[in-house]
Amino acid sequence: MPDTHALVNDFLNKLKKRKIEGSKATAKLTAELLRSVISQQRLPHTNQAGALIHAIKAIGEQLTAANSVEVAVGNIVRRVLHIIREEDVSLTTASIGGLSLQGLSDDEEDNPLVSAAAAAAAARTTLRPPSLQTLLEDMPPHSAAAAAIPHSSSSAGDSEDKTKSTDKNSRSRKLKHNVIETVNELIQEIATCHEQIAEQAVEHIHQNEVILTLGSSGTVIKFLCAAKEKKRSFRVFVAEGAPRYQGHTLAKELVSRGLQTTVITDSAVFAMISRVNMVIVGAHAVMANGGVIAPVGLNMVALAAQRHAVPFVVLAGIHKLCPLYPHNPEVLLNELKSPSELLDFGELSDCMDFSTGTGPPLLHVANPAFDYVPPKLVSLFITDTGGHNPSYMYRLIADYYSADDLVLQQRPTC
Amino acid sequence: MGAKKGGKLDDGVDDMPHVPLKAILLADSFTTKFRPITLECPKVLLPIVNTPMIDYTLAWLESADVEEVFVFCSSHSKQIIDYLKSKWVSKSTFSVTPIESLNCISAGDALRFVYEKTVINGGDFVLISGDTVSNMVLTEALQEHKERRQKDKNAVMTMVIKQSKPSQITGQTRLGTDELFMAINPATKQLLYYDENSDNLKRNLTLDKTFLAESPSISLHNDKQDCYIDICSFEVLSLFTDNFDYQHLRRHFVKGLLVDDIMGYKIFTHEIHSDYAARIDNFRSYDSISKDIIQRWTYPFVPDVQFSMNNPTNLGRRGIYQASDISLSRSAEIGPFTYIGKGSSIGGNTVISNSVIGDGCKIGGNCFIDGCYIWNNVTIEDGCNLKQAILCDGAVMRSRSVLEPGVVLSFNVVVGQEFVVPAYSKVSLLPQPVEEDSDEELEYADNNNSGIIHAIENGNSSSEWESSEIGVGGRGFIWSISEVDQEEEWRHSVAPIPESKLIELAQMALENLEIGTEDNNVFATMDEQESGNESDDETRDEAQIFEKEIEATFLRGVHENVKEDHIILEVNSLRLSYNVALETCASALFYSMMKLALDTPHNSAAVLVKNVKDVVSRWGKLLKPYVQGVDDEIEVIMKFEEICVEDGKEFAPLFVQILHLLYDIDIIQEEAILNWANEKEGADEADKVFVKQAEKFIQWLNEASEEED
Repeated sequence: MPDTHALVNDFLNKLKKRKIEGSKATAKLTAELLRSVISQQRLPHTNQAGALIHAIKAIGEQLTAANSVEVAVGNIVRRVLHIIREEDVSLTTASIGGLSLQGLSDDEEDNPLVSAAAAAAAARTTLRPPSLQTLLEDMPPHSAAAAAIPHSSSSAGDSEDKTKSTDKNSRSRKLKHNVIETVNELIQEIATCHEQIAEQAVEHIHQNEVILTLGSSGTVIKFLCAAKEKKRSFRVFVAEGAPRYQGHTLAKELVSRGLQTTVITDSAVFAMISRVNMVIVGAHAVMANGGVIAPVGLNMVALAAQRHAVPFVVLAGIHKLCPLYPHNPEVLLNELKSPSELLDFGELSDCMDFSTGTGPPLLHVANPAFDYVPPKLVSLFITDTGGHNPSYMYRLIADYYSADDLVLQQRPTC
Repeated sequence: MGAKKGGKLDDGVDDMPHVPLKAILLADSFTTKFRPITLECPKVLLPIVNTPMIDYTLAWLESADVEEVFVFCSSHSKQIIDYLKSKWVSKSTFSVTPIESLNCISAGDALRFVYEKTVINGGDFVLISGDTVSNMVLTEALQEHKERRQKDKNAVMTMVIKQSKPSQITGQTRLGTDELFMAINPATKQLLYYDENSDNLKRNLTLDKTFLAESPSISLHNDKQDCYIDICSFEVLSLFTDNFDYQHLRRHFVKGLLVDDIMGYKIFTHEIHSDYAARIDNFRSYDSISKDIIQRWTYPFVPDVQFSMNNPTNLGRRGIYQASDISLSRSAEIGPFTYIGKGSSIGGNTVISNSVIGDGCKIGGNCFIDGCYIWNNVTIEDGCNLKQAILCDGAVMRSRSVLEPGVVLSFNVVVGQEFVVPAYSKVSLLPQPVEEDSDEELEYADNNNSGIIHAIENGNSSSEWESSEIGVGGRGFIWSISEVDQEEEWRHSVAPIPESKLIELAQMALENLEIGTEDNNVFATMDEQESGNESDDETRDEAQIFEKEIEATFLRGVHENVKEDHIILEVNSLRLSYNVALETCASALFYSMMKLALDTPHNSAAVLVKNVKDVVSRWGKLLKPYVQGVDDEIEVIMKFEEICVEDGKEFAPLFVQILHLLYDIDIIQEEAILNWANEKEGADEADKVFVKQAEKFIQWLNEASEEED
């Protein structure tokens, strides 16, 4: 498939060269890329799900290696893998249903297969802790499978293997179709996550409150604006978010929507925090333990908030939910950006004259992009599905990812 | 980030049809600064932080929305074309087309050749050399250029400049280039004057009066660095064709336009601030730019971002970059700002800091590596010591060998066991070409050199290297450096300038400043005393400077225990540059000796005499070449008198003793003393103090000579 190959390479290049940045953009593009990969993937007759998973994993490995900072890429790959597995399971259970129907009528020697499949399905369900989410998710496929049963059983009148092959064919198309459908839902979910989160704004922001935020995040803008549109009046303190100063653009945006806004320096956060009712910030990624990888400076804000018992609320779309723990070696927590955001190179060029200096360069400039905020400093996560405690994150993750996919890197020996 | 902005700005010029932005990349610097490495490999393919230079340039051009790049290759063109084919050709949105010409010997020739090829037909293009590292956003500069062009058809070129203060002491920038003087009209940013090789001793420049007449204000800069990124209009190519004698981009083309005022064409500048742009011009800039890349000023073109299919690399704390498959001994100590390439192994107790180590290198135990650039597949055995050196692919250092600062080992050189390669040496498997063209700008003869390479590769078995210049079992020739280059070597080396050199330069700079201004040293008194004399101020100043210079040279010789011959050599060169007589040298040297003796701690006259004796007997030989006749000797005695009167009053009572001493060790002959006494016969009473003091001695001498007769 040269077509998808070119697409994948193009996306890889963009990721590698940091031409695409930001978790939402990368998540959306990854999902769209994977959708086209799935739709063009030719599947063998046996073990389609396995082949699909293998293909996606191979691409996912490349994608995550291209820019390990963009955690969302890995998240989406894992989500898609999970979707494939789920669809496969639901189809298998459906066909088991069909087979057992046949078994009842024919009394065949298919029993060992049935029992094996049933055992596998049973194993999967026990592997995964039951939750409301999974139960709800499992509902529609069941009904779809039920609709598929008559189709397969109607052709059961002919010879044995023929039924099987047609059954397989339809199943493969079915699998692909279902997966693509669900991936579409995922893309939709990413696209609307801002609105989903913003809808909950009025529940959290109350009249005459003072909100503090740092830097800028698309989610936060939508959230605050949604509260304003619902006729809540409140004030916002915006810490400017050095060195990128995105707080300035946020302030502009808020003022244009008629919100009372105060811009402060990052270093003034502690002084102002006592007047604040709630801190609302965006995140780069949410880890499995409920820790947050967030723009630099937020750990300081979180500590200040804790000191004054101000709630620290993190807004994060589900695509930012990462099934890894921050201590995992493949999680690169940070990226060091160019020091020129902090300093003008020309003005300091004489500090870095290596010809006259003796020994190593004396001036170091570090410009990390992210902070890690530990879970104990976070009061609440607001996601598309509602508010959650940091300690609930691992359960949420169990709903969206399967444990087999946590490590995308394939063993070189396999 | 840059790309995003670029997209927006591009929409702004919607009224014009979309013209793909083109670039001409010169994959040849037409210089010999990277010899001997460039004899075997083209400069643009040399790795900087483990990625070939041309990758940085091409990756930047790609990110800056350039769509077509024409790579001009001359020397080693085959290697470059093969490389481009393997990596850069075959991209849909970014086309790289090599243009090959084997007989171009300058940038001018190259551009004329490109013009003939008619690949650029109208429209603007970016002119850049293949050794440029940058992350600047081009759109703004392009926009400015376009707008200017619409107003003024004669604005043919926009030159990118960047702030960079040159060092006060060495007069060169951190990139090792000479101080650059530019006159710019601050309002229009038009470049009015450009002078890059100004004599830093003179420190003066002449501007045309008409500049001021034409523009209300001129800003004169010496703190700007030329990034060698030019946005040119099509006319530039035809200008090169019209003026077939233009060779060098700056020296001929820019100066030609500015001075000769051809058809009223104008050059403008665009200054970048937070963006990075620099050209790897010499080994010094190779060092500086490597450090900038490691310190991430060139983001996103840094090792841990895979901008050109480079190996995935992890950035750890303290700026340590590590690629995959590294085997690192537990006791090895990796210092800050170090890059270690894929598959390299490092032995126990090895200390590495501020260095770049390429792919597949094998480094033994107990090595010390600081500030080195080690390319791929280099073997360093146990106990080696390397400081600020460059080791090309395949170089081998046998156990316990040492590289002193500034050494360059070219491809596959082997340094023998326990051999110490002296500072600033350049070692290559190829013999140094016999003084081909003294014209330093031109890199000819690369094609016929390939013959030599093959001869060496095929013909030379290991036995032929037995009597190698670089130790037992070593392979390679140490290239000899001519006398003139020796002086310049430290300026452009990877090694920092040695401290002694800096002190020397600082003193020189200080002296230059102090001429005509206040003096607070020994000579202040002399100034006052002699101010009444009619002696020409200027020559006296010259003499003083000379004397001070000699003293500095001598003292350095004493402290560093330099051989007499070398000091004599230096004194000679000083004598030539200041154009003074032999006897002046003699008296100056003598003065420095006495000063040394006086400055050595002493508490009694006897000790002082002993000091003098020590100094004179140790360093007396220095006077020999300058004291050749009786007249010279008299000059020395008179100088001694002067010392006794002026700043060495302590010597006054010891005059005779020391005179005797000088006589004893044959610095001064009796004839000279007697002549001196005779000369003084008719002098003032005041002048005769010392003659009187020496009366007895002279008498004794007289008697002695009479006896001999």
